[in-house]
Amino acid sequence: MPKPLKDSDQKPLVATVVPGTSDRAWIANGYDEVRAILSDDRFSTMPPAKTPEASRRLIQPGNLLQYDPPEHTRLRRMLTGEFTLRRVRALEPLVEGVVKDRLDAMEGAGQPVDLVAHFVWPTTSLIGCALLGIPRDDQAELVRHLDTNRLDNPDREQRDMAGTAYLAYLDKLMRLKRRKPGDDLLGRLIRDHGRSLTDPELTGTAATLLASFIPITGGTLGLGLVGLLENPDQLALLIERPELIDHAVEEVIRSVTIIPHASPRTATQDVTIGDQVIKSGEFVACSLLEANGTRAPGQPQDTLDITRDNSHHMAFGHGLHYCMGASLARMELRIAISGLLHRFPKVRLAVPRDELRFTARSVESLPVAW
Amino acid sequence: MEIRVDRERCAGSSLCLSYLPEVFDQSDDDGKVLLRTPVPGADMEEAVRGVAARCPTGAITLHARDAQDA
Repeated sequence: MPKPLKDSDQKPLVATVVPGTSDRAWIANGYDEVRAILSDDRFSTMPPAKTPEASRRLIQPGNLLQYDPPEHTRLRRMLTGEFTLRRVRALEPLVEGVVKDRLDAMEGAGQPVDLVAHFVWPTTSLIGCALLGIPRDDQAELVRHLDTNRLDNPDREQRDMAGTAYLAYLDKLMRLKRRKPGDDLLGRLIRDHGRSLTDPELTGTAATLLASFIPITGGTLGLGLVGLLENPDQLALLIERPELIDHAVEEVIRSVTIIPHASPRTATQDVTIGDQVIKSGEFVACSLLEANGTRAPGQPQDTLDITRDNSHHMAFGHGLHYCMGASLARMELRIAISGLLHRFPKVRLAVPRDELRFTARSVESLPVAW
Repeated sequence: MEIRVDRERCAGSSLCLSYLPEVFDQSDDDGKVLLRTPVPGADMEEAVRGVAARCPTGAITLHARDAQDA
């Protein structure tokens, strides 16, 4: 199996300490090391705790990233049927319709247009809300809560209030859907699995999925478009050879690596990785950015090359927590990027590159002309 | 060469089906792997190895069928 790109500048596996303690912890940067750790069943994603009761309290119900087997297996199995390749292909007309509407609106508004406000967020929000069956009238407010609740919002109080409002809305929606399940993801979960999913699990699942459908997919699309727009040769190549779109999407996903670190793992027994021993109870942070040879948003990237086969990157993680929505994300990015370039083949940045401002997981605005 | 799949380990990534739909399929119920062609021809071997290596959970394994195959 080819390794991606370049080796990390960092040491593949570095010992450090948990901040504020003298407990040893590890940072994995190397591709092989990250791959080995994420696919090793001896690492848990549950935070370590003195008692099982304490450990259970730390879990956000419905957030699969915090579950280990067998609970993880039980919950994930109910969801994976929603993200099969056939299901994703059946969703293509929905995504094409949303993308076409947004492109029509951009064309109507005239240039320059901010791609983030007029294309990236509306597209991913409409699709995410449609998949979960969130009524159209509620979407704007819900998406605003999600945005205010983002990790890098410095106003902690405002952020917490938005997070509470977000969960409260989804909890109310879940109760409505329990009574009247529609033909959407939440409705099907309720019809197929009923009470084997608890209320907190169902609300938490909706919260986790929507936070993946919108900020994660949208962040990748926005930052991916930055990457393409600042590499006009790659953009021109993609317009000239549309058949490269699948490679281009994979390269965008890798070059952005929107989740910089996998959820922390804890060794449940001593594990040897390379020539190091990670002792039972020690934390490991796996850097997907380093393993994928990527830099944080706004930092100079390694070269973007849409012709290379990058399909072994780990932007979707690796192991049993591999992103369930990976095929859906690929499909959305493919239709959004190819739709934009087909409609506006001369699309280009309308401001100097230096004026772009970045948040932790996105670009604030992306003015373009065509 | 014979392919075996571990449906317990499978994470339902859809990667195998997206690369080799002639060999792999996926359950509509739980998204887990199904085998369409358990014993593919020798011309497929390299492609199958590539897919097995990409599987996030190592749920796809290849086995020699008999001594000559090994």
